[in-house]
Amino acid sequence: MKKLISAALASAMVLSLAACGSTGDSSSAASGTGDSTAATAEASAAGETTPIKLGGIGPVTGANAQYGTAVKNGEQLAVDEINAAAGYTVFELSFEDDESDSEKAVNAFNKLLDDGMQVLLGPVTSDPSISVAAECASENIFMLTPSASSQDVVDSGAGNAFQMCFTDPNQGKTAADYIAANSLGTAIGIIYDSSDAYSTGIYTAFQAEAEAKGLEIVQTSSFTADNNTDLSTQVSQCQQAGADLVFLPIYYQQASQVLIAANNIGYEPAFFGCDGMDGILSIDGFDTSLANDLMLLCPFSAYGEDETTKTFVAAYQAAYTETPNQFAADAYDCVYAVYQCLQDGVITPDMSAEDMCDALKTAFTSMTFSGTTGENQTWAADGTITKDPKVYQVQDGAYVLMSSKQ
Amino acid sequence: MLSRLKTMKKTTRSNLITFGIVIVFYLVVQILSGAGLTTRSFEGQLVPICAYVVLAISLNLTVGFLGELSLGHAGFMSVGAFSGVLLWTLVGDSLPAFVAIPLAFIVGGIVAGIFGVIVGVPVLRLSGDYLAIVTLAFGEIIKNIINALYLGVDENGVHFSLTDANSMGLSADGETLINGAMGITGIKKASTFTIGFVLILITLIVILNLINSRTGRAIMAIRDNEIAAQSVGINLTRFKLTAFVVSAVFAGFAGVLYGLNYSSLVASRFDYNTSIQILVFVVLGGIGSIRGSIIAAALLTVLPEVLRGLQDYRMLIYAIVLIVVMIFNQSPQIIAWRKRIIGRFSSKKGEPEKKEVA
Repeated sequence: MKKLISAALASAMVLSLAACGSTGDSSSAASGTGDSTAATAEASAAGETTPIKLGGIGPVTGANAQYGTAVKNGEQLAVDEINAAAGYTVFELSFEDDESDSEKAVNAFNKLLDDGMQVLLGPVTSDPSISVAAECASENIFMLTPSASSQDVVDSGAGNAFQMCFTDPNQGKTAADYIAANSLGTAIGIIYDSSDAYSTGIYTAFQAEAEAKGLEIVQTSSFTADNNTDLSTQVSQCQQAGADLVFLPIYYQQASQVLIAANNIGYEPAFFGCDGMDGILSIDGFDTSLANDLMLLCPFSAYGEDETTKTFVAAYQAAYTETPNQFAADAYDCVYAVYQCLQDGVITPDMSAEDMCDALKTAFTSMTFSGTTGENQTWAADGTITKDPKVYQVQDGAYVLMSSKQ
Repeated sequence: MLSRLKTMKKTTRSNLITFGIVIVFYLVVQILSGAGLTTRSFEGQLVPICAYVVLAISLNLTVGFLGELSLGHAGFMSVGAFSGVLLWTLVGDSLPAFVAIPLAFIVGGIVAGIFGVIVGVPVLRLSGDYLAIVTLAFGEIIKNIINALYLGVDENGVHFSLTDANSMGLSADGETLINGAMGITGIKKASTFTIGFVLILITLIVILNLINSRTGRAIMAIRDNEIAAQSVGINLTRFKLTAFVVSAVFAGFAGVLYGLNYSSLVASRFDYNTSIQILVFVVLGGIGSIRGSIIAAALLTVLPEVLRGLQDYRMLIYAIVLIVVMIFNQSPQIIAWRKRIIGRFSSKKGEPEKKEVA
C-alpha cells in the first residue's frame, strides 16, 4: 500500500513538473509563432523581426516583496502598452526574483544572461544592485535601475549602471535645502531606520546639509528592521525635545506608524518625508486623514494632472486594481526610456547585449526624457539622474504641489 | 590497490570516498566549463556552493559530533566575512593576490575563532535548548552591531562610530570602510571555484582528522554521555570549546569566501534565516554525516535556482521537496522500505561476486 502511495506521489510530482515545463514551452512556442506571423506582417514596415529581451530583477517574495511587485507590474504594463501600440512584440520582459539578496540577485542576473537578456531594468533594492552593477560592469551589460538609489550602485557599475530615481544623498540634501529655504521648521526631529541603507543614506546627507544651512536638529531617533512595528517611543522623544518639524526618511509603512503614534499623544508637528513616503494613502486600514498636511519630496504623484501620469495611473488601476506608487512609476519610465532610444534608432533588436550597452550609454548621457516621474530628465555620465524635485503636500487624500521657493 | 581498499578501515574508506566525490565534482565541472558546456547560471553558483559546503561541514562538527544545537553559525560567518573582506579592501591593491587572499582567509578565520572563544566559554556551560537560544541571540547581536558600525580611515588614522557616518569625523578625503547598514561596498571580487575547492579540501582534512583523533573521540564521548565522559577524566570544557572554536573558524573561512564573491556585503544577510538554512543542510544530509552535509548543501543551494522556471510556485515546491527528502531520509518506515529494495538489488548482484571469492 505504501509503495503504491509513494509511487503515486512521485509520479504526480514528476507529472506536475513536466506539465509546468511543457506549458512553459508551449506558451513560448505559441508566442514565438505569434511573433513571426505578426512580424511578417510588420516586417516590411518596421523591419523588426525579433523582440528586444529586457530583464528585470527584484524582490517579489520576502520582506521587500511590495517594492519588487510594484516594479514588476510597472515594467510589465509599459511593455504591454508598447507591444499593443506597435502591433508586434517590441519588448519581451522576463522578471526574476532576488528576495532582496545579493547572492540571489547575481544568480538571477546569470540566469537572465543565459536566456539572452539584452538590457537589464533592475534590481529594485540597493544592496543587490551594487553586486549586480559590478557584474554588469565586467560583462558590459546596460543596467537601468528604477529604484536602487544608493550612490554606491552607480559607482559599482563603473558607467554601465544608470538610475531612474534620485540618489539618497541627493534627496537628503534637497530636503534640507527645501526646509531651510521655506522656513518650514525651527527645531527638527528625525526618525530613521538605522538598519536600512536607503534611510541612513538620506539621513546622513540631510544631517550634513542641515548643519551647513543652520537648521537646528533637536532630536535624532532611530529604529531597526527588527523593531519597526511600534514607533511611539521615537515619536515621544521628538515631542519631548520640542521638535516642530519631524523629518521621516523612511518607507510609508513605518511612517504610518509614526503618524498614528503622534495622533495618539496629540503631537502635531509638521511631517516631511521623501519618495519612500509615496504609497501612504493606499495602506489598507490606515486613516488617511492622519496624513493631512504631510509633506513629501517625491518625483511622482498619482494625482498629477498631466496627460502621461493620468494615462499611466488609469492603465495601472485597470490592470492591477490599485493606485501605482513611485516604484511602479519609475519602472514604467525605465521601459519608456529604453523605448525612446529604440525609436531614435540608437539600438536595434539584432544588436548584441554588449553593443547595445555601448549605444545606450552614449544615448542616455545625451538625451532628454520625459515620463511619469518628471519632465526633461537627463543623466550624467556616472549614471545619476537630474530632474526637478517636487514637494507635495497631502490634502484630503490627494497630493497637492506646494508652491515654493527652491 | 583494490585489495588494499577492501582491507582498509571502514572510516578511512568512507573518508576517501568523501574526498573522491569532491575531487571528481571539481574535475567534472572544470572539464565541462572548459568545453563550454556549463551555463553562466551554474558557474555563478559554484562559489556559494563551496561556501555553504564548508559551513555545513563546520556546523556538523558542533551539531553532529559535539551534539550541541547551535543557531548562531551565521554570526561566525558574518564576523569572518567582514574582517576578511575588510583586510582585502585594505591590502588587496598593494599586495599580490596570492598573498592577500590567503591573508584575508587567515584573518577572517582567526577573528571568527576569537569570537568562538568569547561566545563558547560562557555558552558551553549550557546545553540543549538553552545553548540553542543563546547562540541564536549571539547571531542577532553580531548582526545588529555590524549594522550600526561605521568605520573609516583618513590621514589621522582610523575612526569609528556606532551612531552614524557623520559622527566619525572623517576628513574630506577620508575613506569609509564599513558604512553601517550599507556594509562594505565596492569589493573587488576575488573568490573563484578553485579557491572554494581548496578550502573544502582543507576543511575536510582538518575536520575528518579531528573527528578520528583522540580529541574527536573525546568530543563524541561527551556527546554520547556527558557524565560518563567526565567520570573517565575527560575535560568537558576543553573538548567542547575545541570543537566549538574549530567550527567557528571554518565558518569564518566560509564567510570570507562568500564575502569576496560579491561586490557588496551587508550584515543583514547573516540573520537567523541563514543559520537555520545551514542547519537544514546538516539535518537533511544526516546529523554526523560529513558526506551527507556536503551533498545536501550543494543540492539545496542549486535547487531554488533550478526551480526558477516555476515562477511563483518556486518556494512552495522547494518546501515540499525539503519535506519529501526529510521523510525519505529519516522516516523509519521509509528507511526499512529502502533497505528492502536495496537488499533485493544487491542480493542479485552480490551472488556472482560471492562465487568469485569462493
